[in-house]
Amino acid sequence: MRTLVVVGHGMVAHHLIETMRDRRLLRRWRVVVFGEEPRRAYDRVALSSLFADLEPADLTLDRDVAATEASGVEIVSGDAVVSIDRDARTVATASGREVAYDAAVLATGSYPFVPPVPGTDLPGVFTYRTVDDVDAMKAWAARPGVDRGAVLGGGLLGLEAAQALLSLGLETAVVEFAPRLMPQQVDEGGGAVLAGLVSALGPTVHTGAATEEIVAGGDGCVASLRLSDGSAVDAGMVVVAAGIRPRDGLARSAGLEIADRGGVVVDAGCTTSDPCVYAIGECAHAAGRTWGLVAPGYRMAEVVADRLAGGDATFAAVELNTKLKLLGVDVASIGSVQSATHPPGAEELTYADPLSGVYKKLVLSADGTRLHGAVLVGDATGYGALCQMLAGTMPVPERPESLILPGGDDGATIGVTSLADEAVICSCHGVTKAMLCTAIDGGAICEIGELKAATKAATGCGGCAPLVADVLHAELDAAGIERTDAMCEHFEHSRQELFDIVRTEGIATFADLLARHGHGRGCEVCRPAVASIFASLGVASHVLDGEHAALQDTNDHFLANIQKDGTYSVVPRIPGGEIAPEKLIVLGEVARDFGLYTKITGGQRVDLFGARVDQLPAIWQRLIDAGFESGHAYAKALRTVKSCVGSTWCRYGVQDSVTLAIDIELRYRGLRAPHKIKGAVAGCTRDCSEAKIKDFGVIATDAGWSLYVCGNGGMVPRVATLFAEDLDRDTLLTYLDRFLMFYVRTADRLERTATWFAKRPGGIEELRRILVDDELGICSQLEAEMERHVDSYRCEWRAALEDPSTAARFVSFVNAPDAVDPEVVFVPERGQIRPARPEERFLSGPTVEVELS
Amino acid sequence: MTQTLTRMPESTWVDVCPLGRLLPDRGVCALVGGTQVAVFRTSGDALYAVSNWDPFGRAPVISRGLVGSVGVEPKVASPLLKHTFSLETGMCFEEPSVALDVYDVRVHDGMVQVSTA
Ligand code: SRM
Ligand SMILES: Cc1cc2nc3c(=O)[nH]c(=O)nc-3n(C[C@H](O)[C@H](O)[C@H](O)COP(=O)(O)OP(=O)(O)OC[C@H]3O[C@@H](n4cnc5c(N)ncnc54)[C@H](O)[C@@H]3O)c2cc1C
Ligand code: SF4
Ligand code: FES
Repeated sequence: MRTLVVVGHGMVAHHLIETMRDRRLLRRWRVVVFGEEPRRAYDRVALSSLFADLEPADLTLDRDVAATEASGVEIVSGDAVVSIDRDARTVATASGREVAYDAAVLATGSYPFVPPVPGTDLPGVFTYRTVDDVDAMKAWAARPGVDRGAVLGGGLLGLEAAQALLSLGLETAVVEFAPRLMPQQVDEGGGAVLAGLVSALGPTVHTGAATEEIVAGGDGCVASLRLSDGSAVDAGMVVVAAGIRPRDGLARSAGLEIADRGGVVVDAGCTTSDPCVYAIGECAHAAGRTWGLVAPGYRMAEVVADRLAGGDATFAAVELNTKLKLLGVDVASIGSVQSATHPPGAEELTYADPLSGVYKKLVLSADGTRLHGAVLVGDATGYGALCQMLAGTMPVPERPESLILPGGDDGATIGVTSLADEAVICSCHGVTKAMLCTAIDGGAICEIGELKAATKAATGCGGCAPLVADVLHAELDAAGIERTDAMCEHFEHSRQELFDIVRTEGIATFADLLARHGHGRGCEVCRPAVASIFASLGVASHVLDGEHAALQDTNDHFLANIQKDGTYSVVPRIPGGEIAPEKLIVLGEVARDFGLYTKITGGQRVDLFGARVDQLPAIWQRLIDAGFESGHAYAKALRTVKSCVGSTWCRYGVQDSVTLAIDIELRYRGLRAPHKIKGAVAGCTRDCSEAKIKDFGVIATDAGWSLYVCGNGGMVPRVATLFAEDLDRDTLLTYLDRFLMFYVRTADRLERTATWFAKRPGGIEELRRILVDDELGICSQLEAEMERHVDSYRCEWRAALEDPSTAARFVSFVNAPDAVDPEVVFVPERGQIRPARPEERFLSGPTVEVELS
Repeated sequence: MTQTLTRMPESTWVDVCPLGRLLPDRGVCALVGGTQVAVFRTSGDALYAVSNWDPFGRAPVISRGLVGSVGVEPKVASPLLKHTFSLETGMCFEEPSVALDVYDVRVHDGMVQVSTA
């Protein structure tokens, strides 16, 4: 086994690891990766979303660390490589580790270029490249008195930084040395429209202005910028975004060849002047230049993977097409943009509407049949099609001006069907139309999510997503398959559509819904989904009423949770986790009398395990007589609202969290939803009840309650997002009513609030507009639906026991109601029962007396 | 009602329950000799009987699964690990090499009966 050392764990390095894994190279290569940053590779392109509501963990590129490790890749974070000894073929790291290599890959990326202006070293001056930079910027902006910010540089990165400052609540100025914003991506006309759009959104724009000095205030921290025209811009915080430079220092000191203007020189195989050392990504000078975008870096990673496999792939110059949404403004640039770089004889076609803020330009060959470049500002529809035309894989329409005129042909009508098979649809991952079609395989894949997973298309910058979807739809149409978000073979609708159908058409039975809108008999996917819709809408007065009983999966059917051995567990509701001693004693007595295993759950309540179907009614009769009710642990419904003791007992508590948790749990108990819903209330910011990882979490403040939404623990933990602060109790409940009902109405089946939220493009701002500002005018409906739920709530177990026919269903054997299931075998452990393992079943026989001490 | 099989000797039929006790698209479990048999009545009013033992989940639970269809073929989904099985042939759709045992079932004088002979 040979050893590959990778220097840097950024986006491109990680792509190399993934490509090597996909190509099964990890069997032949042991890979050791050193990253200087304290965390594993993350999606740097999406760095700005950390100013919205994503957390660094959301950006990680190594989603399955265990799998990476198991595949033989060792990733060391927070340890930079400080030297390379090319003769000995070893690298040495800051922590003192030395590793010998057979081949090494430099993937050290770039560093932010800081122009030689006095004052860039003042406290309050930042660069913008890493998660740590984001943290530092956030912390500085939170300092009292910091209410204005300035960005040095009006390019792509500068505008991203401006957006970040705005979102931190600062008044923001952008200073650009060139005569227009985004000088690399747009031409003069586009720059003018862009400047208008950007200033309308808040930032003041100074173009054609050089910064002469960053000036300190009395406290020694940054206070203003002095510009070349003599004017001053006040700023308590400055972000320098004046470009990037390749990080070639390590290569330089190792004596590798470096390009005049920086960058590690590599040949077409991405090999440096040392045949054992490769360089990829932003640190490399490849095909005659450095490449400051992620897609070319990914291509280089693939070339190196191929070389390590013994292949001879080469890297060739690529088009630097970009499409961005900056400050909400679409900007796209394709191929040749500045007239100086146009091929001879090229013609420009321009459409500009400064009033509505749209600028579009096409660069065409004299005969109008070839596209050389395009600029789109304010409206980037047609970007995907234009990229295809530039590559020559889609024909330019006969009247090209229709591509940019309002109401014209945005390329979509040409249709993906006219795309050549070799057309690259996703340039981040090099996925062609043919590769997509092979994966779709006439309908083997019908869903965009599956297609993304299978091909990686649209998982990079995301710019190609609409085109990927178009290819999918076209292929499915050709195969005669209709919908992509169909719930299952019986309904061509999504859950949300079925919810709306049931609600507006007043459908009350599954048979009716199937007859009017579906096919076949239904299945284990659509039946419970429709059952949940009926329950959410209050169509069925009891989940086991009539035909509804046949829709419930076994947990809802027996109102208990099935366990691995076919027995059930019993979970009575213990609102807020508060329980009086008398009730606790009843739980103990019931467990003892029925021989059940007893455990405190992670949801602050008690679970009794090992009940046979035929024991459930008697167990519940005892519990209900003692004042308990169903805990709905078996249902996709509200589970628990955890609490901490709060101000009643705790020396730090500022509000009565227990009372509120109980009130909330009782308000929403029994609410059926697309997935389970968990809540928590905490009495102070210490958050002992973990409210920040719940679907909804309420945390006490001095002035009231803060509401957090859309978090969860579980498989992919997500910290909840702050929805509103310092609410009084009534407003809090109103917002919660609206939030929960809106989720119930619109989420897909088995989609927790966090997943649902992640799919909503508008983020928390949009949720606030809908649920606080009532932008859609539905708040009163949502509240009324919740009110109906609250008023009609009945304990399902109580109702089941009152109905003799329901209770009669709880037998193990329909023809021997008194027989005990002989397959249920327990053995003792720590004074309680547990299911017998297969090898124990025969030894222990059908019944085991459990001795309880 | 579809399957009335007369070639069986009468003595091998075991009573399960009156037909009216079966909910459409829902199963029950019957003890037939020492064998647990899952019996289903579908909404089309056909009857099916398969073994109650889930070979993947290794527990007697098939009778508590959800009934549905694949194309025109009726199926049941195990409540444990959600494998689906044809009610007609017992074959597991995810793992076609595995199948549930299939038994004869009929209605006789209003009584559902199963034969494991
Ligand atoms: C009993 C309990 C474990 C325990 O011994 O403590 C438990 C047991 C089960 N959990 Fe859980 N979870 C329990 C607390 C939790 C918690 C902690 C909490 O609620 O604060 C979590 C993480 C928090 C969260 O969900 O955000 C948790 C995350 C999960 C998940 C992952 C959910 C996700 O969105 O990633 C599943 C799988 C699922 O729901 O699809 C799951 C599913 C299950 C199921 C239903 C799996 C199954 O189908 O058999 C287990 C059977 C429950 C039963 O009663 O038979 N359980 N489970 C806890 C019952 C709490 C209660 O009183 O109702
Ligand atoms: C805010 C922002 C927005 C962007 N938006 C876009 C966009 O929309 N589209 C686009 O294509 N590109 C965008 N980019 C650029 C994109 O992020 C880069 O092209 C990409 O990250 C380059 O990948 P890389 O692996 O070469 O470098 P990086 O991702 O920077 O990774 C290099 C890593 O190596 C580490 N390192 C350096 N030296 C050493 C050493 N000696 N030892 C160990 N580790 C070391 C660094 O700390 C770093 O973690 C954006 C960049 C930023 C900052
Ligand atoms: S959150 Fe913690 S500190 Fe605050 S009241 Fe609850 S228990 Fe006390
Ligand atoms: S082009 Fe970037 S994800 Fe496909």
